[in-house]
Amino acid sequence: MAKRAGMEVAMAVAEAVGQCNIDMAAVYPITPQSHIAEHLSELIADGKVDAEFVTVESEHSAMSAVIGASGTGARVYTATSSQGLMLMHELLPIASAMRLPIVMGIANRAVSGPLNILNDHSDIMPQRDSGWISIFVENGQEAIDLSIQAFKIAEHKDVLLPVCINIDGFQLTHMVEPVEFPEQELVDKFLPPREPYATLHPGKPVTMGAFAMSDYYPEMMKAKNEAIKNSKKTILAVWEEWAKIFGRAYKPVETYKAEGAEILLLTMGSMGETAEVAIDELRAQGKSVGLVKLRLWRPFPFEELKEAVKEAKKLIVIDRAVSFGGPGGPVFSEIKSALYHEEARPMICNYIIGLGGRDVAVTDFTGMITRVLREDSKKIADTCEFWGVRER
Amino acid sequence: MTKKKGPDTWQEITTGCVVFQPGSASEYHTGSWRAQRPVWNNQKCIKCGICYIFCPEGCIQQSEDGFFQANMDYCKGCGICAHECWPRAIAMTEEG
Repeated sequence: MAKRAGMEVAMAVAEAVGQCNIDMAAVYPITPQSHIAEHLSELIADGKVDAEFVTVESEHSAMSAVIGASGTGARVYTATSSQGLMLMHELLPIASAMRLPIVMGIANRAVSGPLNILNDHSDIMPQRDSGWISIFVENGQEAIDLSIQAFKIAEHKDVLLPVCINIDGFQLTHMVEPVEFPEQELVDKFLPPREPYATLHPGKPVTMGAFAMSDYYPEMMKAKNEAIKNSKKTILAVWEEWAKIFGRAYKPVETYKAEGAEILLLTMGSMGETAEVAIDELRAQGKSVGLVKLRLWRPFPFEELKEAVKEAKKLIVIDRAVSFGGPGGPVFSEIKSALYHEEARPMICNYIIGLGGRDVAVTDFTGMITRVLREDSKKIADTCEFWGVRER
Repeated sequence: MTKKKGPDTWQEITTGCVVFQPGSASEYHTGSWRAQRPVWNNQKCIKCGICYIFCPEGCIQQSEDGFFQANMDYCKGCGICAHECWPRAIAMTEEG
């Protein structure tokens, strides 16, 4: 029987990772990821999970350690947040270029400065181009499911890439939610032992992370880009298999009452559930509104996104991070760019919200939609605004 | 750069660029980067071996007659041997 529990999401993530027959974890604790680190180390210390927990002195070392361990063929896990992720930054493209399956949980948190420990997406956005598969979750159950699926995706012979699971810090990590842990036997069946492509072993020496100058570097980058683009097929297949076994379906782009809606809101992460309430309220008032939730950030789901927004007249993109001096928030600029060549495309505007843990309320979303309904398209087209920021 | 044996297209590159043949770095003749080459004057050389010790490439070897020479497949022309040589027996000369 699947085990049901009321549990803090960070601990539930550690429990789920513990179900994945990992060989090694190297995690440096940082708020709001700490409870993943603590609980996973506890599970290993208590002998409930048979793995090595490598205590490291920094996130740079944590990522280096899992890269090395993954190179030996081990199933590895790490988790971090904010400044920790920034410290790992140097190693992220190395892990993906070496095509090493690694699963990382990210408890998304605002980056300094000013020093802040609360949630936004400013830690993951600068990692966008590092070649990692990047997926967002909306609640505790999704955090459990995706953390398990991530190993299968990362280690699949047609993928062989690191995967990060974005779990909003505090909003998710520190919530106690009702969750269901899949039955161990079914997880074991879903996730067989890793079959590595190559391993670091003195009996059969190989070179990983070889030097390559202008004569091979561009071909390697092309190969890496094709690999991550191609990974979407496997991600879809893994989600299909998961739905069959565990009954919960996942899509690259999730929609809520979006069909035929004139105005669409687009969110990522835990904001989605708040936005659903806002959509319900406005629908009850007879407004033609719907919600699109971007789950898969990399590889970017172009086809699914175009399909989801093709009938909308206006699209409001919500960003929880800023691209300073750039074309609005990072999600906004990607969505705009993805729709550029479409003949029928919605007018698109951008609100930046929830920075540094500022509450995102239902009234924020109803307020945005009400304003966009009122204004004519020309006035709000292509605008980017810091929603709710105090101004003179 | 020296032409190396290797994949022509991106499709032929191994996953993660793993090199399955150990020791293949020796096939990479980095000497092609060289702008200057060390030339030994064996009339000044005292066979002390300081050039051999200091060469960061490890490409200087002692010949049977006790004098030293660099393997030009790997010598990058850094000039450290010439700089360290006590009797000034090594001169760096421009590559043609």
